[in-house]
Amino acid sequence: MEPILQVNHLSVSFDTYAGKVEAVRDISFNLQPGETLALVGESGCGKSVTCRTIMRLLARNANIDQGSVLFRGDDLLKKSNREMRAIRGGKIAMIFQDPMTSLDPTMQIGRQIAEAVTLHSRVSRRDAKKRAVQLLHQVGIENPEKRYRQYPHEFSGGQRQRIVIAIALAANPDILIADEPTTALDVTMQAQILDLIKEIQKATGTSVIFITHDLGVVANVADRVAVMYAGRIIEIGTADEVFYDPRHPYTWGLLASMPTLATDSETLYAIPGTPPTLIHPAPGDAFAPRNAYALEADRIADPPLFPVSATHLAATWLLDPRAPQVQPPESIRLRAEEYRQKQSAKGASL
Amino acid sequence: MRDIEQKRALIPDSAFRPWEPDRQEAEPELPRALSFLEDSWRKLRKNKAAVVTMILLVIITALAFLAPVLSPFDPNEQHLAWKNLPPKWPGVNMNGLNGTSTFRGRLVDNYALAKVPEGQYFLFGTDEFGRDLLSRCLWGTRISLTIAFIAALLDLTIGIFYGLFSAMKGGRCDTIMQRILEILSGIPSLVLVVLMLLVFEPGITSIILAMVISSWIPMARVVRAEGLKLKSMEYVLSARALGASELKIALSHILPNISGIVIVRAMFSIPTAIFFETFLSFLGVGMKIPNASIGTLLNGGYKVFKLYPYQMFIPAIILCVIMLSFNLFADGLRDVFDPKMKE
Amino acid sequence: MKRWTKYIGTRLFYMALTLFIITSATFFLMNALPGTPYNNQDRLTQVQLDMLNKKYGFDQPLMQRYVNYLGNVLHGDFGVSLQFSDQPVATLLGQRIGPSIQLGLQAVAFGTVIGVFLGVIAAMHQNRALDVFCSLFAITGRSVPNFVVAVLLQFIFAVTLKWLPIGLWDEGFRSTILPTLALSISPMAESCRFIRTEMVEVLSSDYIELARAKGMSEIRIAFTHGLRNGLIPLITVLGPMTVSLMTGSLVVENIFAIPGIGEQFTKSILSNDYYTIMAVTILFSALLVSVIFLTDILYQIIDPRVRIEGAK
Repeated sequence: MEPILQVNHLSVSFDTYAGKVEAVRDISFNLQPGETLALVGESGCGKSVTCRTIMRLLARNANIDQGSVLFRGDDLLKKSNREMRAIRGGKIAMIFQDPMTSLDPTMQIGRQIAEAVTLHSRVSRRDAKKRAVQLLHQVGIENPEKRYRQYPHEFSGGQRQRIVIAIALAANPDILIADEPTTALDVTMQAQILDLIKEIQKATGTSVIFITHDLGVVANVADRVAVMYAGRIIEIGTADEVFYDPRHPYTWGLLASMPTLATDSETLYAIPGTPPTLIHPAPGDAFAPRNAYALEADRIADPPLFPVSATHLAATWLLDPRAPQVQPPESIRLRAEEYRQKQSAKGASL
Repeated sequence: MRDIEQKRALIPDSAFRPWEPDRQEAEPELPRALSFLEDSWRKLRKNKAAVVTMILLVIITALAFLAPVLSPFDPNEQHLAWKNLPPKWPGVNMNGLNGTSTFRGRLVDNYALAKVPEGQYFLFGTDEFGRDLLSRCLWGTRISLTIAFIAALLDLTIGIFYGLFSAMKGGRCDTIMQRILEILSGIPSLVLVVLMLLVFEPGITSIILAMVISSWIPMARVVRAEGLKLKSMEYVLSARALGASELKIALSHILPNISGIVIVRAMFSIPTAIFFETFLSFLGVGMKIPNASIGTLLNGGYKVFKLYPYQMFIPAIILCVIMLSFNLFADGLRDVFDPKMKE
Repeated sequence: MKRWTKYIGTRLFYMALTLFIITSATFFLMNALPGTPYNNQDRLTQVQLDMLNKKYGFDQPLMQRYVNYLGNVLHGDFGVSLQFSDQPVATLLGQRIGPSIQLGLQAVAFGTVIGVFLGVIAAMHQNRALDVFCSLFAITGRSVPNFVVAVLLQFIFAVTLKWLPIGLWDEGFRSTILPTLALSISPMAESCRFIRTEMVEVLSSDYIELARAKGMSEIRIAFTHGLRNGLIPLITVLGPMTVSLMTGSLVVENIFAIPGIGEQFTKSILSNDYYTIMAVTILFSALLVSVIFLTDILYQIIDPRVRIEGAK
């Protein structure tokens, strides 16, 4: 299948007083129609910058140093501002992290949705309003006719995020980028919003790029997962591959630090150290200083993405045939074990 | 696939062994923490306008306070034979600065007509009594700045005292004190100041008092608002839990933390005070002649400005430069101390 | 609704209290004035003075006169002008309030429209050339006193170029141009600065980012979502702006010899015309207090966030 979005060798940097910050360094990935790709990583790893680059919503001090972003074969980075405005919200829509501040506090929420509708299609005011009410209904706001005329402060955080989603859906976008859409919400709300996004995806067939730092959230929604660290994708694969057969020590760390019902809380793992600054990064693997499995090779060159399977890549020298065999942490092995049993049980039942 | 092979080629087989931990050394050294003043100064230095105006203000203040030494004449010394002489600068032959003026369409040399001896220059010209305008401007600036500085200082003192007291006391006392402020702020201050000056003998003291009567109010409001905000902060609560007295909390925990905002406020109140003084003197109720202030100079110049425009424009330019410098400098300070402050 | 009634009631009470205090303060200040309010006072004999004092009631005890004055003011009687052949002050000021109000409104309207426009431009080009230019303009406007601007405008456009009348109020709109310009400097600078700060904050907020993600153009964002949010708080500075206009008009009206309240006030000051001074002070205070009250109410009506907090 032809991917709907292809990001090729993208590098983005920011000019700051302290120096040039290399926020995204040579990343590539594809997005298939109808699939959900999760971008996972600690804050500052470049996942939001990647999405803002796709939307061309970068701050003024940002430079796109290399690469291309092909949407249905067209390079978005070469589009004029005017062409880009038709794509933003029209073809690619975005949901932001904090629903409390994402809506204009002085405008009726219905009008904010209708505005998004009229921006991308020639419809009368009445039709725009009708569509907005329908969208409100679709995202699960009760009594949409009445609530159309209310202001953002009259809604709870979860409801506001639903409204933001309604705005994103206004023009039936092909791609929905969700930038940590559940981070600012409490846990029950998180689940509801995730369900809503899944539901919408099923109904409309849009592709979703889901940014999060929370692997637990990803497990529920993603078809494929890309793990980012210090501006690079260090492991990418199907959700099952990344969750149950991770190959990169950073992914191990992330998974091990994720509480599950099985782990007892006293042994909850934390990755040591802090993410590196991306101002003039040193050569070699940026994760090496925090990596218990680091090799001398990490100091010499950044590892390339080694293929693990047709869909699974991981950037660690441990995958080099010359590398010593290492054992992943126990919890990771247990996971893999559990998964294999489940798979074989499934296979047996078939 | 080629990428992988290229990269692999970089790595010798021997490098596939665990990384020897020299990780401790890699820890970057953190820069020394800057003190509040150092940090403020570093930020202020980046604002070119603020630096330039600060230097300008230092020069102007120095000139004004050295007026007794610098001014070539006594500011009230009259030379009736030499009245209304336009500015004349040594070595400058440009109309307007060479002692000539146009009279009935002809260029006349006023200095020759008034029989001013060769080598006698009035850089800013003379006024209708033949007083040297340069000397009067120096002395006038001195008086205007004095008034402004003292008024700002009084604003600051009263405002801090009232605001802190109101914030610390809280409760009924705070409510009553706020009501008083509310009522006072409904008084059009300028009209009140004018009335005060009608009643009291005009002079530096009464101008300052009249201005301070209303101008401390905004300062008190800001101090109270900030004080209330800080009062509920955890570090203040912990100081209280440790048994610090209210006075100690106010002076050593709250005051230092609002000093930035207060300094910015005070800086803004200086140009306001200068404006008030010139306004009152221009109106004719401020400083009384023959004492020079920027306002009286403007007033005097205005009376004859159609004939001798320089007598108004020179003090006007001085006033504008001072006001602009204070405002730009205060703006720079605000960006440093309180970037979110709006007014 | 009940909360609103209570709110407005309290506010009205304090407004009345403020005005009462001001009226009293003015009254006693005026009575502490040195000299007499009469023309040619140096040439009056003691007998003549006594006669005049009796005629105007100045021979009565202070408290008695105070009570009388308060009573009269409540009935709209502000006494008679001692300078203008016993004309009632209310009539005198009534004739003069027109030009002052017209100038004030024109200056506020012109000043805010230009100021807001410049402020939006500045915020959209934050820290670039246009922003520096607008900010410099605003700060200059704040630094140069309006009477200096007035004299300068008069000198350039009336004395030198002779395009516009030098003063007076007899050429209709043409007479109003220069004084309006001079008076509008302050609201222009004030609103430019205010809107710029507001807009810079607003333009960096999440909902503006969302508007960008919707595919709106920068200009449309600035003038719909941006300006909506920036303009509402501008209402709060309308009060102070009115004050600066009033004080400005004191001198600017004088410079252009405009028959307004300000010009009357300066005349009265210089001639100790008690009743007129008091009346103008009360008038100014009443204006100021009601402008502040109205802007507060307006703010609460317009801003949906404040509105709801009010209802709770």
